[in-house]
Amino acid sequence: MCDTCGCSSGEGAVLRKPGSEGYHVHIGEDAAHQHHHHEHDGGHGHSHGHEHEHREARKVEVEQDVLLKNNLLAERNRGWFEARRVLALNFLSSPGSGKTTLLEKTIPMLAGEWPVAVVEGDQQTTNDAERIHALGVPVIQVNTGTGCHLDALMVQRAIRELDLKGRSLLCIENVGNLVCPAMFDLGEAARVVVISVTEGEDKPLKYPTMFHSADLCILNKTDLLPYVDFDVERCREYAMQVNHHLEWLEVSARSGEGLDRWKAWLTSRLEKI
Amino acid sequence: MHEMSIAISIVDAVADRVCQEGCTTVSSIELVVGRLSGVEVESLRFCFAAAAADTSAAGAELLIVEREAAGACEDCGAEFPIASYHACCPSCGRFRVRVTSGEELAVKSITIE
Ligand SMILES: Nc1nc2c(ncn2[C@@H]2O[C@H](COP(=O)(O)OP(=O)(O)OP(=O)(O)O)[C@@H](O)[C@H]2O)c(=O)[nH]1
Ligand SMILES: [Mg+2]
Ligand SMILES: [Zn+2]
Ligand SMILES: [Zn+2]
Ligand SMILES: [Zn+2]
Repeated sequence: MCDTCGCSSGEGAVLRKPGSEGYHVHIGEDAAHQHHHHEHDGGHGHSHGHEHEHREARKVEVEQDVLLKNNLLAERNRGWFEARRVLALNFLSSPGSGKTTLLEKTIPMLAGEWPVAVVEGDQQTTNDAERIHALGVPVIQVNTGTGCHLDALMVQRAIRELDLKGRSLLCIENVGNLVCPAMFDLGEAARVVVISVTEGEDKPLKYPTMFHSADLCILNKTDLLPYVDFDVERCREYAMQVNHHLEWLEVSARSGEGLDRWKAWLTSRLEKI
Repeated sequence: MHEMSIAISIVDAVADRVCQEGCTTVSSIELVVGRLSGVEVESLRFCFAAAAADTSAAGAELLIVEREAAGACEDCGAEFPIASYHACCPSCGRFRVRVTSGEELAVKSITIE
C-alpha cells in the first residue's frame, strides 16, 4: 500500500496472462505516481518552512479538467485504435450481469469473420481471462487491486501486450460496477452497458450517469423473464428517459435468444472501421 | 470509490503546476464540481486529505464551488435547470434533454505561498 496516495501500489494495477505463469506487469509506477517524484527529484524538497513567513500568498488560475491526463491518454488510445482499424468496445455492468458470458458467446459467433481480442478488468483473479483464453483468442487480465474501474493508462499498457489484428474487435470488460467506470474514458468507440432481468427495472434511474454515457444497452438473461417480476418496457423507457440516444437490445447469453441482433449490431459497426 | 482516483488526479495536477510556479506550498485549491460530475463531495474531501499527505498540497484547503446543472430540450428548445440526467422538459413534458452545464470537474485556481 502506498502511504502517499492510499492506492494499493506497491502492487497498483497488474497485468496478467492466462497460460503464462510468471507473466506480470505493474502499471502506474511512473504516470500514476508522479506526485512522489516531484518530492524527491531536483532537491527542492519541502523543508522551506522558515521561508513561509516571508512569502506572499498568491492565487494562480489553473482552469484544468481534473481528468485531463486520463482524457488525453484515452484520446491517444482512440487514435491508436483508429490507425489499426480496431473497434474497441467498453463493456460495463454491475457484477454478474453476464458480460463475460456474453463475450464467450460472441467470440465463436464471429469466428472466421472478425478477429477478436479481450481485455478483462477485475480487482482480483484471472478467472474471466481464463474463460476467454479457453476460446483461443488473445486476452490480458488487468487486476486493479483496490481500484474500482479501468482507466486509459491500464488499457494503453494492456493493448501493448496484445497482438491486435487490423480490422478486428477489441472487447474491454470493465470492473463490475455501475458508478465509477462511467467517469473514465478508455478511448473506446462505444460503451455497452449490460443489465440483467434479475436486477430490477429501475437500474437506469439509480445509475443515470452510467446509462447517460452508454451507446448501447443490452438487457441480458431474458430466459429468466418467466421467473422474475421484471417489466422490460418500463426498464427500456427509464433508460431512454436518461439517454434518448441509447440503442437497446434484449438477449439471453444462455439460450442464445436475441444474439443474432447483437451480431448484426457488431457487424454493422465492424464494417465501418 | 473513484473519489480516491479523482483526489490523486487533483494532487497530480496541482503538483505539476506548483513545480512550474517555483515549487512552493499550496494553501488552498479551488475546485469546480458540477452537480452531474459524478463526484461525492464529502467522500472527495476525505480522500483528498489522504492523497495530499506528503505532497506540496498537504494540508491545503479544498474550496469546492458547486455548480448547478442545466439542460436544453432537443424537441422544443426550452432551457431549464435540471437535477439529474433523468430530466423532464417543463414546457413539453418530454425526456429529450441535452445537458448544457453541470458536468464540470476542474481545478479552477490554487493559492500558493
Ligand atoms: N440464466 C442466465 N444466466 C446467465 C446469463 N448470462 C450469464 N448468466 C450467469 O450469470 C452469472 C454471472 O455471469 P458472468 O458472465 O460471470 O457475469 P459478469 O458480468 O462477467 O460478472 P463480473 O465479471 O463478476 O462483473 C453466471 O453464473 C452466468 O452463468 C443468461 O443469459 N441467462
Ligand atoms: Mg466478468
Ligand atoms: Zn502514490
Ligand atoms: Zn469507485
Ligand atoms: Zn421540450
